[in-house]
Amino acid sequence: MSKPILTIKNLTKSYGENVIFQHLDLTVNEGDTIVIIGPSGTGKSTLLRCVNLLTRPNEGQIWLDDLEITAKGTDEDQVRQHIGMVFQNFLLFNHLTALGNVKLGLTKVKKMSDEAATKKAMHELARVGLADRANHYPGQLSGGQQQRVGIARALAMDPRIMLFDEPTSALDPELIGEVLEVMRQLALDGMTMLVVTHEMGFAREVADRIVFMEKGYIVEEGSPDEMFNHPRFPRTREFLWKITELYGKKDKDAE
Amino acid sequence: MDFSQFISYIASGTVYTVGVTLIALPSGLLFGTILALLYVYGGKVAARLMNLYSTIFRGIPPLVLLFILFFAVTKGINLSAFWAGSLSLGIVSSAYQMEIVRGALLSVSGDQLMAARAVGLSRLQAIRNVVLPQAVRLAIPPWSNEAAIVIKDSSLVYALGVPEILRRAQLIGASSQRYLLAYMSAAVIYFLLVFGTTKILTMLEKKLAIPSNP
Repeated sequence: MSKPILTIKNLTKSYGENVIFQHLDLTVNEGDTIVIIGPSGTGKSTLLRCVNLLTRPNEGQIWLDDLEITAKGTDEDQVRQHIGMVFQNFLLFNHLTALGNVKLGLTKVKKMSDEAATKKAMHELARVGLADRANHYPGQLSGGQQQRVGIARALAMDPRIMLFDEPTSALDPELIGEVLEVMRQLALDGMTMLVVTHEMGFAREVADRIVFMEKGYIVEEGSPDEMFNHPRFPRTREFLWKITELYGKKDKDAE
Repeated sequence: MDFSQFISYIASGTVYTVGVTLIALPSGLLFGTILALLYVYGGKVAARLMNLYSTIFRGIPPLVLLFILFFAVTKGINLSAFWAGSLSLGIVSSAYQMEIVRGALLSVSGDQLMAARAVGLSRLQAIRNVVLPQAVRLAIPPWSNEAAIVIKDSSLVYALGVPEILRRAQLIGASSQRYLLAYMSAAVIYFLLVFGTTKILTMLEKKLAIPSNP
């Protein structure tokens, strides 16, 4: 049986009266790629932020490996360096080059020497195909390149799991392919990934499991085959049909 | 007295003008930055206190504060007119500079701070390595405005008898009865100081600009 890296139990998040999601359970096993889909405003991004402790859940627990990271007194900074996060809007540090972006965590958090950090950062940039852009600033890179730097920045910390929050939603259609390709390769390399996306091609091809969330609940989860071909709930079928219709053409364009 | 003596008498006040500015502006920057950091990251109580500080010192004419500090507060201790004037202007300027730095911090913060925290940087590391370097760049244009204001406001210390440019212009104007020449000379010197400073800061702004494609 595979080993769970991330375990979410009975997680609830609300802002005052406004309940984002409640009583969520989710397990991500080592090496798995889990894709979360669902309409906007369903709490998918908030869920990722809870996992990364960027927001605190109101109730429930999250474990990273055997450590309960939602426990009181957890060193958040310590936890976060083991969880890679890729944002919808890239959020690169604008005043640093691609290399500087990837190096910052290595020198400041991992306290690596400048030389060792440069070496490691160059390795990660090469991994996302951007070694030749190392000295470019974010403003000199395309959206797709910026997002790949964002992935390299997260990978450099050697995270146990990578979280992707709609990594291609802010990209022009012709730039989506290069980012998905990097993610596909990561999954093949055995990285554990939790991905929020509307890219159904990616979900169908790469995901080990697809989780359909709506209105703060997990409606259904299963393998791509189960979800696309034999969904148990009409709502799942309806959503997948709609989203494939909407994004299907873009998928083809990108590939 | 010939013309060059006349001018150099006034111009020698530049030392005081520059001196006052070089005390008021950096001390205002130091305090303004610390106060702005407290304002933005120090929680609600700190923010309220900073807001109060800013409101009070931006609401009092610098000259009034100058008089309060020199004639009333520092009566017991032996603070020279030069230092009393420079520090009062520094206090007033710190309130304005706090607002400048605060605005810059706020426009960088948010997402950039979150991204830095996500990598594993502590709050302090994130502010120092990610927010501040970008905020500094944003703050230069409004700061250059404030620098010009402080240079010009340094003329206020003439009221305390500090022999800076305006004071000397007044003295030599009165003794020679050539008021127009005296005050015009003072005006030209002030203008050159402000113009030069603004030019230098514009160059700095360009030098620090983050490269990007148009």
